[in-house]
Amino acid sequence: MVSININGVDKSYGQVKAVQQASFEVPGNCLFGLIGPDGAGKTTLFRMITTLLIPDQGNISVFGFDTVRDYRKIRLFTGYMPGRFSLYPDLTVGENISFYATIFGTTVKKNYHLIKPVYSLLEPFRDRLASNLSGGMKQKLALCCALIHNPKLLVLDEPTTGVDAVSRKEFWETLHQLKDSGMTILVSTPYMDEAARCDRIALMQAGRIMDQDTPGEILSKFRVPLFEIRANDRLGTLEILRSIPEIKRAYLFGQYIHIATDSERHGAEWLKTQLSNRGIANVKITPVVADFEDCFIDAVENYTTHRT
Amino acid sequence: MRTILYIIQKEFKQVFRNKTMLPMIFVLPFVQLLILVNAATMDMKNIDMIVVDMDLSTSSRSLIEKFSHSPFFTLLKTTFSVDEAENRMLENETDMILVIPAGFEHELYGQGATSLQIQVDAINGMTAGLINGYATQIINGYTLELLSETGRNALINLIPKNITVNHSFWYNSELEFKHYMVPGILTILLTIIGMFLASLNLVREKEMGTIEQINVTPIRKYQFIIGKLVPFWIIAMFELAFGLGIGKLLFNIPVEGSLLLLFAYAALYLVAVLGMGLLISTLSQTQQQAQFLNFFVLVTFVMMSGIFTPAESMPHWAQDLNTINPLAYFMRVIRMILLKGSEFRDVAGDFLAIAIMAVVLTALATWRYRKIA
Repeated sequence: MVSININGVDKSYGQVKAVQQASFEVPGNCLFGLIGPDGAGKTTLFRMITTLLIPDQGNISVFGFDTVRDYRKIRLFTGYMPGRFSLYPDLTVGENISFYATIFGTTVKKNYHLIKPVYSLLEPFRDRLASNLSGGMKQKLALCCALIHNPKLLVLDEPTTGVDAVSRKEFWETLHQLKDSGMTILVSTPYMDEAARCDRIALMQAGRIMDQDTPGEILSKFRVPLFEIRANDRLGTLEILRSIPEIKRAYLFGQYIHIATDSERHGAEWLKTQLSNRGIANVKITPVVADFEDCFIDAVENYTTHRT
Repeated sequence: MRTILYIIQKEFKQVFRNKTMLPMIFVLPFVQLLILVNAATMDMKNIDMIVVDMDLSTSSRSLIEKFSHSPFFTLLKTTFSVDEAENRMLENETDMILVIPAGFEHELYGQGATSLQIQVDAINGMTAGLINGYATQIINGYTLELLSETGRNALINLIPKNITVNHSFWYNSELEFKHYMVPGILTILLTIIGMFLASLNLVREKEMGTIEQINVTPIRKYQFIIGKLVPFWIIAMFELAFGLGIGKLLFNIPVEGSLLLLFAYAALYLVAVLGMGLLISTLSQTQQQAQFLNFFVLVTFVMMSGIFTPAESMPHWAQDLNTINPLAYFMRVIRMILLKGSEFRDVAGDFLAIAIMAVVLTALATWRYRKIA
């Protein structure tokens, strides 16, 4: 069963094309991750899915309902947690939750089992104003409010941005529990390492969907050899590397430079010779396994070259 | 319906939790009524004057005495130099100069007529008019006194004998300025609550992003708007009662007409004002923008409404403009009901006008609100 079907969607703000020709499907009962850097168009896409924006072109259906025509029905079973904290800072934790419960025509009691894992951590701060909560607590409260009406679809816009590593881990565990209870969850993140935690992911860049698949498939698509070197003059080395035709790609990766060659024939030994020929000696070359960031860069490059 | 009630309940919670809004609601009417009504009086006191007495006669001295005994005038000094007095006026030290020329008494008794010069600082036209009025009154009083003392025919001729004008001011017989100002201030108060607070409150949801979360819920736009505006309607109605209470207790303002009629009109007026607040909120993204728009609208409407200057004395185009100024209607109606005791049939036209305005403004605002949110 397909829960969300996005079909050739465009959205522009004036001259800025926020989303271009986006198409993908989210299967039912799936934890789907939309991965992309800031400004990729993730929020715009989510706002269209949650009926807050109308696409310029194309259409989106959520559980068979069109986001433009049947927006009211979609709002009944969708829980949305915007990237920015959007609850009432001058209401307490308890008041915020019961407000959202009431406007969905339900009660906190009725759906307590759903929010219990998260809410139990908030319980001690029941009477505290939302504005006085810490960042992690605010995020938990927002999740509670998005969950309180037992939505079929939960849309979370960058829920882990600005959250510490431990809380992030907990958060993803909570998401998996929720998914296991039958929910479809759509989550966006700029953190590549979080891609592995999703059932399926879509890679987004500059308003376009570069690729989409299961995390494992995305990783296995990276077939060429990948090496990591550490150099003193990183930018200078990079320039030299890029001038070698057999090197498919070279880019900064944290403190390192990642180098992808065009085939298995050009391995570590070959690379070492090439470098020493060009006056770069004594560098340690380590073969590495591509991670999501490498895959993302690969997907972006492939997409651009295929198009031009 | 339950949703609306729940939103209203939430709004009240937030208003009563707001550390600036709650005091504003109670302090604002006190401050406005106490300070503005007392300060914005049209009675002039403490007019500083300099006398240039070049006659130095019994007559000139007794005229000066009349001025210095008046509660309105303060005699700063007497001098012989007109230049000096004028310099003082340039230095902003005096409001008025009275010049009594040499030969004043001589002419008065010899020819039965003479002249004086009064120079008034007219930086503020209204003040100048008042000063001139007071001064003329004192001089006339002095002339009459002379007449009764001397009985000189020559002087009698100056005063018309046959026509006497007796003034009688209706609906505010003592021309008590406070009775006129209190209803005006109450109008502004109601408008501030309705337009300012409501529009700021709506924009706040936008600014904080809470509207985003609300929009994905099944709440309908009309439920949200009603839920947001009703609390301010209630607060403003309460404010009117509160302000009237203060006006009655402190200034003993007359309540000639029916309070029920006044509140009925206020109820309708507030719908129009809230509609305007809603419209402003749809035109702004931040509370700052909303505030700026509010001020622009409020100041224009207040100045046009006839709170200080009678609307009837404005040019025709301005009066025409006032047909779309809700403040002008309320200002007139509240004064008519309180001071004159007007009944429904006297203000029926105003009821109709404000009802139309309420419908148009609310419709316009709701339409725009739907379009952008």
